[in-house]
Amino acid sequence: MTKLAYGAVGIAFAGATLAAQSMQINGAGATFPAPIYTKWFSEYNKLHPDIRINYQPLGSGAGVRQITGRTVFFGASDGPMTPDQLLAAPGKILHLPTVLGAVVPVYNVPGVSQELKFSGPVLADIFLGKITKWNDPAVVKLNPGVNLPGADIVVAHRSDGSGTTYIWVDYFSKVSPEWKKRVGVAQSVNWPVGVAAAKNDGVAAIVSQTPGAIGYVELIYALQTKTAYGQVQNANGKFVKASIDSVTAAAAEAAKQMPADYRVSITNAPGDAVYPISSFTWLLLYQDPKDKAQGKAMVDFMKWALTDGQKFAGEMGYAPIPKNVVEMEMKTLATIKIQ
Amino acid sequence: MKKTRSDDLGFRVGTGLFGVILIGLVAGIAFVLYSDASVAIWKFGWRFWQTEIWDPVAGEFGARPFIWGTLYSSVLALVIAGPIALGIAIYISELSPAWLRKPLVFLTELLAAIPSIVYGLWGIFVLVPFVRRLEAGTPDWMRALPLFSGPPLGLGMLSAALLLAIMIVPFSSSVAREVLRAVPQAQREGAYALGATRWEAIRMALFYARTGIVGSIMLGFGRALGETMAVTMVIGNTPQVSTSLFAPQYTMAAVIANEFAEAADELHLNALVEIGLVLFIITLGVNVVSRAFIWSLGRQSRTRRVRAVRPAPEAA
Repeated sequence: MTKLAYGAVGIAFAGATLAAQSMQINGAGATFPAPIYTKWFSEYNKLHPDIRINYQPLGSGAGVRQITGRTVFFGASDGPMTPDQLLAAPGKILHLPTVLGAVVPVYNVPGVSQELKFSGPVLADIFLGKITKWNDPAVVKLNPGVNLPGADIVVAHRSDGSGTTYIWVDYFSKVSPEWKKRVGVAQSVNWPVGVAAAKNDGVAAIVSQTPGAIGYVELIYALQTKTAYGQVQNANGKFVKASIDSVTAAAAEAAKQMPADYRVSITNAPGDAVYPISSFTWLLLYQDPKDKAQGKAMVDFMKWALTDGQKFAGEMGYAPIPKNVVEMEMKTLATIKIQ
Repeated sequence: MKKTRSDDLGFRVGTGLFGVILIGLVAGIAFVLYSDASVAIWKFGWRFWQTEIWDPVAGEFGARPFIWGTLYSSVLALVIAGPIALGIAIYISELSPAWLRKPLVFLTELLAAIPSIVYGLWGIFVLVPFVRRLEAGTPDWMRALPLFSGPPLGLGMLSAALLLAIMIVPFSSSVAREVLRAVPQAQREGAYALGATRWEAIRMALFYARTGIVGSIMLGFGRALGETMAVTMVIGNTPQVSTSLFAPQYTMAAVIANEFAEAADELHLNALVEIGLVLFIITLGVNVVSRAFIWSLGRQSRTRRVRAVRPAPEAA
């Protein structure tokens, strides 16, 4: 009996020390921030070799499902959770913005090599199927001096549910009342027209292969694959090309009126230098996590990511979070129950 | 003596158990599909099979475009691949010189070994542009027909059917080839002895092996019904019911593969599982019909033979 007791204590001790030596935290969610999260987790692991954070880029919807089911410790989503989804969760889930990104229009117009200009209503009408040819007067008016052919516009969109789609249709809902009524906003919508492919690569492949095609991809993806993309007219009437600066400008505007739960959409934000199709991406954490040790580790990680980690964001093409939002988030992180 | 009987019993019980497990597995799959789709089944009922809308935002789901896309692409693939597979089987088993047989068999089996996602990639970068050029080059009088209407996108039913046909040829042709090889030499020699030409002897062999050939066609059809990744990359993924070969459409397996990971809303998830249930039912139905057909073909030949044999013992 005594031997058994000692043995059990010994094993428990060993287990405890082993656990203290290496902690593995699992998360899943959006594919859009996956590159920067992977970079952050590996950099953080270099600083804290005992903490390994594992992230699965399954998609925003899967991330929300898994954190609601508590199969992962944290989630990630490009679109904020809906009130119904928040109610369905067993505890209060906090949305913490980590980086910013943008969605850009890519196109393949035969005979045109210049950068094209689009406006929100025109893009929405193209994706609604109301504008069907490249030399439609609305498109020509935005692009004086460009010889647009009479080719049909082939719309390409995502077949899989995606945060990129969410950001794109969220923008459309703001600039086109018809889109808002007919189609709505979600990660998967009932597209009125167009062919679909899975993931950014699929849409980019359709656009590059099909003469007359137009589609949408993430800014990071367009930068990394050196795909040409167009300018979009913002709420102030200026034509802006997506870049770290123009996306940061969008966040700065939103930061002035950031709600306490951070669930804000920054598409079509006012400001001259703002790129209108920008968005936050959020990390989802329970305010009262079951595993306090993992909770503490994630809070420490988030504090690092929002300060030192932001420099990696810029290198990879993501826009950093504005300073005042970071300060707000630090206060929110302090409310997480890790005792 | 006792030892052999118990060994025998053990063997019978063991293998019988595997059979029971298999039945249990199929029943289990059907049950899980039904229970996970229950919310959607209660909400839509039989309307699900008839509605054409697929709207995750509004919560309106209908499987009709997907059922149409799956059946249309599979039937088209069968129409294209059936004669080709049969032709390959006939050539390899009857007509080709002996030295050519093994390399041909090897090459057809190689097609079967290529993963379907690789077919999909080849489809996007090689087949789709080729089909797009083909579609752009169709003459106007053909364009007026509903079968060839629509803009030449390349992505669409035609690409999917061609790709599926290429994928099912190796399966159908290898089964058909084996079945033709199993035709007894005595039958062939008998045909030639009666003065049959080469072609008539082949026809006789085809008739003799007809149940196996129908079985090989059905095998290919079953494969085409369930094929997911290759199809979703070339079919255009647009839920619409259209007879046009040029129109982008959608299949059941493709929509599940594309939307399941991201579906967070309970009704959306249930609707996708219900699509899985519909696919399960349709595949089961196709298999049952083909089995019944094969059985009826076999029955005709069996009754003929039995009638020929029976009088002899009575005479004795």
